[in-house]
Amino acid sequence: MVFPGSNCDADCYRAVESFGVDVRYVWYQDRDLGGHDLVILPGGFSYGDYLRAGAIARFSPIMDEVVEFAEAGGLVLGICNGFQILLECGLLPGAMLTNAVPRFRCERVHLRVENALTPFTRLCRPGQVLSMPIAHATGNYYADDATLDHLERSGRVVFRYVNREGVAAPEANPNGSCRSIAGITNERGNVLGMMPHPERACEAVLGGTDGRLVFASAFDFLSGGGKLG
Amino acid sequence: MGEKPWREMGLSDEEYQRVLDILGREPNLVELGMFAVMWSEHCSYKNSKALLALLPTAGKRVIQGPGENAGVVDIGDGLAVVFKIESHNHPSAVEPYQGAATGVGGIIRDIFTMGARPIALLDSLRFGPLSDPHSRHLFGQVVAGIAGYGNSIGIPTVGGEVATHESFRESPLVNVMCVGVAPASAVKKSAARGAGNPVMVVGARTGRDGMHGATFASAELSPEAMAKRSAVQVGDPFMEKLLVEACLELYALGEDVVVGIQDMGAAGLTCSSCEMASHGGVGMEIDIAKVPRREEGMTPYEVMLSESQERMLVTVKAGSEPQVERVFKKWGLEATVVGRVTSDGVLRVRDGAAIVAEVPAKALTDMAPCYIREAVEPEYFRRERARDLASVPEPDDYGAAISSLLASPGIASKEWVYSQYDHQVGTNTVVLPGKGTSVVRVTGTRKGLALTCDANSVFCYLDPWAGAAHAVAEAARNVAAMGAEPVGITDCLNFGNPEKPEVFWQFKRAVEGMAEAARALEIPVTGGNVSFYNESAKPGSPAVAVYPTPVVGMVGLIEDLAYLTTPGFKHEGDTVAVLGLTYDEIGATAYLAEVHGIEGGPVPAVRLDAERALIQLSISLIRRGLLSSCHDLSEGGLAVALSEACILGRDGDGIGARVRLPGSLRADRFLFSESGARMLVSFPPAALTDVLAMADSRDVPVTVLGEVGGTRLVIEDDRRDEGRDGGRDECTGPQSSRARRGARTLVDIPVQELARVYRGAIAWAMGS
Repeated sequence: MVFPGSNCDADCYRAVESFGVDVRYVWYQDRDLGGHDLVILPGGFSYGDYLRAGAIARFSPIMDEVVEFAEAGGLVLGICNGFQILLECGLLPGAMLTNAVPRFRCERVHLRVENALTPFTRLCRPGQVLSMPIAHATGNYYADDATLDHLERSGRVVFRYVNREGVAAPEANPNGSCRSIAGITNERGNVLGMMPHPERACEAVLGGTDGRLVFASAFDFLSGGGKLG
Repeated sequence: MGEKPWREMGLSDEEYQRVLDILGREPNLVELGMFAVMWSEHCSYKNSKALLALLPTAGKRVIQGPGENAGVVDIGDGLAVVFKIESHNHPSAVEPYQGAATGVGGIIRDIFTMGARPIALLDSLRFGPLSDPHSRHLFGQVVAGIAGYGNSIGIPTVGGEVATHESFRESPLVNVMCVGVAPASAVKKSAARGAGNPVMVVGARTGRDGMHGATFASAELSPEAMAKRSAVQVGDPFMEKLLVEACLELYALGEDVVVGIQDMGAAGLTCSSCEMASHGGVGMEIDIAKVPRREEGMTPYEVMLSESQERMLVTVKAGSEPQVERVFKKWGLEATVVGRVTSDGVLRVRDGAAIVAEVPAKALTDMAPCYIREAVEPEYFRRERARDLASVPEPDDYGAAISSLLASPGIASKEWVYSQYDHQVGTNTVVLPGKGTSVVRVTGTRKGLALTCDANSVFCYLDPWAGAAHAVAEAARNVAAMGAEPVGITDCLNFGNPEKPEVFWQFKRAVEGMAEAARALEIPVTGGNVSFYNESAKPGSPAVAVYPTPVVGMVGLIEDLAYLTTPGFKHEGDTVAVLGLTYDEIGATAYLAEVHGIEGGPVPAVRLDAERALIQLSISLIRRGLLSSCHDLSEGGLAVALSEACILGRDGDGIGARVRLPGSLRADRFLFSESGARMLVSFPPAALTDVLAMADSRDVPVTVLGEVGGTRLVIEDDRRDEGRDGGRDECTGPQSSRARRGARTLVDIPVQELARVYRGAIAWAMGS
């Protein structure tokens, strides 16, 4: 998906292309997803993040198609600004607040895989610690306790910020997110929103390849003809 | 406006007379405003261009030298690197967030105007001491402004420098460099050609913001000037992101659609139209009634002088207007025909049927006045150069001395700064900020670009010639330490009021020093920016100039990223050595200032032959794959380079080292001297023979100091006790064979402790 102001679209394209799969850009004013199996909402500053991150992009013509695609069980991955858009359009619960220390923060963080059964993590080990970059000013995930409890119980918290040893310590939480949450799915598990950037961790020359696990899991799921009930 | 309106616009009586002579009549108000901005220092370089001609601008890789929006250098594989640095000092002093943000926006436009996709930004920033609340405010807001613009537009901010000094308290320096890559055959120019071709305004609408910004930037900052906030523009990175993509898509339509393109920065429509016409040797007719506005009731004067951001002026081939409009419409932008190219060399401005200005285009550009100001050597120069530092004692505690250097803002980790910048977007950043000189890869090739900007204001104040030459050499060492060949310089020359003879002397000597170093190292200067009038006054006292600061932005080319080398130590047991000679040169150093409270003395000598040999050696060693690490020696000397190599060691986890100083100089001289032409390297012991042989063939002395290992930095001094007599001029010989008697331990500190100070210093100073 390319919204005006998306700026990680080319990075996602390049990462996905490296798996040898067919990939193309979908323009925000299009009304057709083109029969693809995985839709990625990339990072960036759609509409300049004016009003509120992701708040305007959700009204783009193509978003109706994305919602319909998701409701039919299609795989949707929202990264950073893409995650914010998924929250704004209601595909995922909760909201993003400004980082607890109110500044943009770009650095490499560690994530623990909390659920290795989702289409996006099936090649990970449960509890595996991954290293990926973050880059955001509005990544402080918030939901009320009932919602958080529900997310936790249903295995929808997929990634949590941890330290190198895999412990969800307060100082390892880069933005103040509730319960150190870095990524969640919808009820069926086919829609994942995450603040860290897996597409920036797909080549050793860029400092790591853990991000490949997210894409590889999705392709593995799809090649198995996987469909979530 | 008063009796002599030209004065209020910044023109002298003599300059006004020159306007009368050129036109043969009195200019109207619109014309006068156009002359005032185009003849301002900011647009005309009237006080600097005579001296700038000294800089070497040619080279076998140079595709475009000074004169266009940015320099262009060939990097092979059919690609070119496009780069430029520019200051936004005055706006940032008044309104730091927007001043810095629009500085970023402006330099990005310079790069994509040339047909290149911008791939990296760097910033060179200078503020007052961080103990001063106002300086902290400026620093915090400037960084936020750079982040706000750069992060949103999606161009990684990969590096730069930060320094603090009293002289920048009221006049901060904010210099922004942008680097892009374009097909070498598709570089765009600004010249308009072809009478009858339409001229279009594309991008944002025109408002009343930024009126006379160029004139504002060409005077000292007074309390009255600080009230001129309306001269500072407001940036919209979202709009510029759309503009970048639309322009790149426009270029992709083919060679013949865009005839010439110029961004609208300082002096807005006036500057872009007269420069396009002048560069092409043609005329231009603009109807300002057709310029899309964001406000009603704007006068012709306001439309011509507005500095609204995110706008471009494009001359396109007649008949291609619908194609152009279609591209911009896709990105939600306007593209409007506002005029056409003419053949008479005149810039004619209409407001509908009425002609509101009619001036030969070259009168505004080539015919601007040019001054060679009076230069007088300041009294302090000889005094400091002759200052005897023999009586400066050794520090009582070497560990504390090193810690205080590591905590000084110029040396400390800039993590607090760069963590606020998205330095990875674009997925090309191979060496991240804080891990060495930043490196971005060139997509589709094995190549990388090492990018840096460097200056030492204290050096430049004490000896502008040597300071500027050192800045060139240091930048070259910084890229060479990554294995990159220096291929081009863009310079940002920040000085006080050039009408003051002592300031002009600083400027003249700095340009001469930069020219000599660039020529000796064979690095062309492909463009840059001059910023004068960086002075500020408190009410009732005279204006004080900033320390002269010629910033050198440099691009280095790495042929194959497989041979990239970084500054941190890597492996236990590696041999640690210094390439190049250490002299007893503590004058003007960070050590002298931080530990002894003395800012003065002679600046270390400039040794350009040694610099050239060292740079070539470093690149050769790295391309042969012999080095584990390579770190340039500059501010803080060997002590700081050793500390950083340990702190950054083992991919940032830290690793220790044990070294023994050879004893040829007093320990503090050896550790803290800022002699140039040196690198700190480490390599496997088995590589020693090869390293020595290659160094010998280039006449670069090697001093083996010790080895990598453990978790502590241990520094011992091999000097005999009776030799503790103050420094001698003798340099270190390789492989000193002095009697090993009386060796003493100067430093024995856990690397984690050094890292804590180094990484925490700026955050502590900023209070978060």
